[in-house]
Amino acid sequence: MSTKLKKELRRIICALIIFLVILVIHKANLMPFIFDRRWPATAVYLVPYLIAGYDVICKAFLGIIHGQMLDESFLMTIASIGAIVTGEAEEAAAVMLFYQIGEWFQRYAVGQSRKSISDLMDIAPDYANLELEDGSVEEVDPEDVEIGSVLVVKPGEKIPIDGTVLSGESMINTAALTGESVPRSAHEGDQVISGCINGDGLLRIRAEKVYEDSTVARILELVENATEKKSHTENFITRFARVYTPAVVIAAVLLAVIPSLITGSWITWIYRACTFLVISCPCALVISIPLAFFAGIGAASKSGVLVKGSNYLELLADLDTLVSDKTGTLTEGNFAVSEIIPADGVSPEAVLRDAALAEGMSTHPIAVSIRDAWEDRYPDHDVLSNTDVENVPGQGLIAKEGNELIFVGNGRLMENHAIPYRPVRDSAATICYVARNGDYLGPILIQDRVKNDAKGAIRALKENGVRRVVMLTGDHENVGRAVAEQLGVDEFYAEMLPQDKVEKLEELLTQKENGYLGFIGDGINDAPSLSRADVGIAMGGVGSDAAIEAADVVIMDDSLPRIPAVIAIARRTIRIARQNIVFALGVKALILILGALGIAGMWAAVFADVGVAVLCILNSMRLLLHKKTI
Amino acid sequence: MKKKYKCEIDCANCAAKVQEAILKIDGVQDASVNFMTQKFKLEADDDCFDEILKEAVRVGKRIEPDFEVEF
Repeated sequence: MSTKLKKELRRIICALIIFLVILVIHKANLMPFIFDRRWPATAVYLVPYLIAGYDVICKAFLGIIHGQMLDESFLMTIASIGAIVTGEAEEAAAVMLFYQIGEWFQRYAVGQSRKSISDLMDIAPDYANLELEDGSVEEVDPEDVEIGSVLVVKPGEKIPIDGTVLSGESMINTAALTGESVPRSAHEGDQVISGCINGDGLLRIRAEKVYEDSTVARILELVENATEKKSHTENFITRFARVYTPAVVIAAVLLAVIPSLITGSWITWIYRACTFLVISCPCALVISIPLAFFAGIGAASKSGVLVKGSNYLELLADLDTLVSDKTGTLTEGNFAVSEIIPADGVSPEAVLRDAALAEGMSTHPIAVSIRDAWEDRYPDHDVLSNTDVENVPGQGLIAKEGNELIFVGNGRLMENHAIPYRPVRDSAATICYVARNGDYLGPILIQDRVKNDAKGAIRALKENGVRRVVMLTGDHENVGRAVAEQLGVDEFYAEMLPQDKVEKLEELLTQKENGYLGFIGDGINDAPSLSRADVGIAMGGVGSDAAIEAADVVIMDDSLPRIPAVIAIARRTIRIARQNIVFALGVKALILILGALGIAGMWAAVFADVGVAVLCILNSMRLLLHKKTI
Repeated sequence: MKKKYKCEIDCANCAAKVQEAILKIDGVQDASVNFMTQKFKLEADDDCFDEILKEAVRVGKRIEPDFEVEF
């Protein structure tokens, strides 16, 4: 609690005690010579009224001077003065007190909420340990660290700046950034990201970026700016607030004048009009709706998803179509040898050895996967150095070892060299046939593996209201089909070049029913699609500037289940925002009607104002209570 | 020059009003008053940044007396 809040609390309690003492004396009829006459009684009640509300009255006058009419203080002042004039000084004091208690509690609740949200994002480093040339260590502000400086990160400290490990070994905890709870190991030469927490080891790192460009600063900047991109709901509330207050004030004036002219009972109708003024502030909505979105963004970043604006939460909650890239997003993105089928009398080792020898120089993903498999499976064998290799475009390779020829490639290569091979049918795999001279050795099957959690994630997307999941891939039709079937996506489009993907996206955008279209990509190759979609979702954002720039939503690691999780958070946010709108407007409308009929007094009006605001704030905070679902 | 300060602002509505008024000051390129994060960002001409900052605080206080900026 800030000192300002504490001071206010003391003042409110003080006024409350005085008010209660006066009330007891009044009601017990201990001093009839004061309370039986109107003006002395009013004067006595003015004491707690002024102690509680003098700042409100001051603000009201300042507001008038500066041309800021119709703010809350002004309306409260007019309403309470109206109550005093109509002979309800007791009520005026009580209402002012209750209003101040409500305001105080509202401020306290907002402060607490803000604190719990910023705790979620407590990733900013407070200092950096700079190693000086003489080997001594000095504590400096992270913003003062230059590129190339050497920093020491002690156990338990936050890594202040993105850098490379020079020496030391440790496990680092990336949970605050990625939501991933398993620590990652860091050795000499590894890149480390600011905002992660160092484990037990001491690390010396070289700063690769200045603080401003480091991951942690960029993320904080993003989250802070996210609240500035307003959702439709927030814009609606802002517009509504602009109309609501003047409308209620006009209604109050009409209520004070017209029935009074007809019935002649001015006091009754002025009092009823004053209850209108108390209800006329839209603060319950103006505070609790942005708070709900802020809490939603906070809850999302807690689970490793950066949402770059409140508006995107709204779009995510209403996603109709989700288009995904395949390689690297739904699949691991690296090819691996899945099967070797040696011909009769040949060992798998021989097949793999010859293939690895031929592919020795190539950087093609297929070649890399064959070499990896060789090194993995037969680590004690020498690293192969190849000889003369001829590249046959669209077919494969022919390598020369001594006088013998090794053929590695597709069926056409085998046919062209009249090698008796046996075609393998496996739609999902890329197949490399291997032969030595005229002898067929066997095929190697290479496959990109589907991510373990991809199938579950797609199911969870469907449960969260996504109607259509579409996969786009540059791969062959049959590879695409196999993956699509395995994952249970609704549709797939294969053999697509990057520009085809954007075109297809445009087409899908016109086909969606209600709601919006999201695109999931890795953020590096898919920038055009990411920006074309209603919501661009980039995977594996940590450390990748391109992904953070291009996308609207950034998944910090490459875990797919975070997408349904963030959609669930978005839906919860929208639900809570709607509840607040309906509840606040409902209560206000009800009290307005009851107030006009003379059933609800100023007490009920104050509740409709600050009481409802506090309840809405508490409702918004429920977003933070929800346990992590990933 | 662009600088970020902690500020005190009591409601989302006042933050918007204060921001609007500060944006109208001469020499201010960009400004934002964020109620949620309680941050005040000011981007203004380098040579008279301090004067603009003072003016911004003055303007802000006129609209919302509770507006405070920590330097």
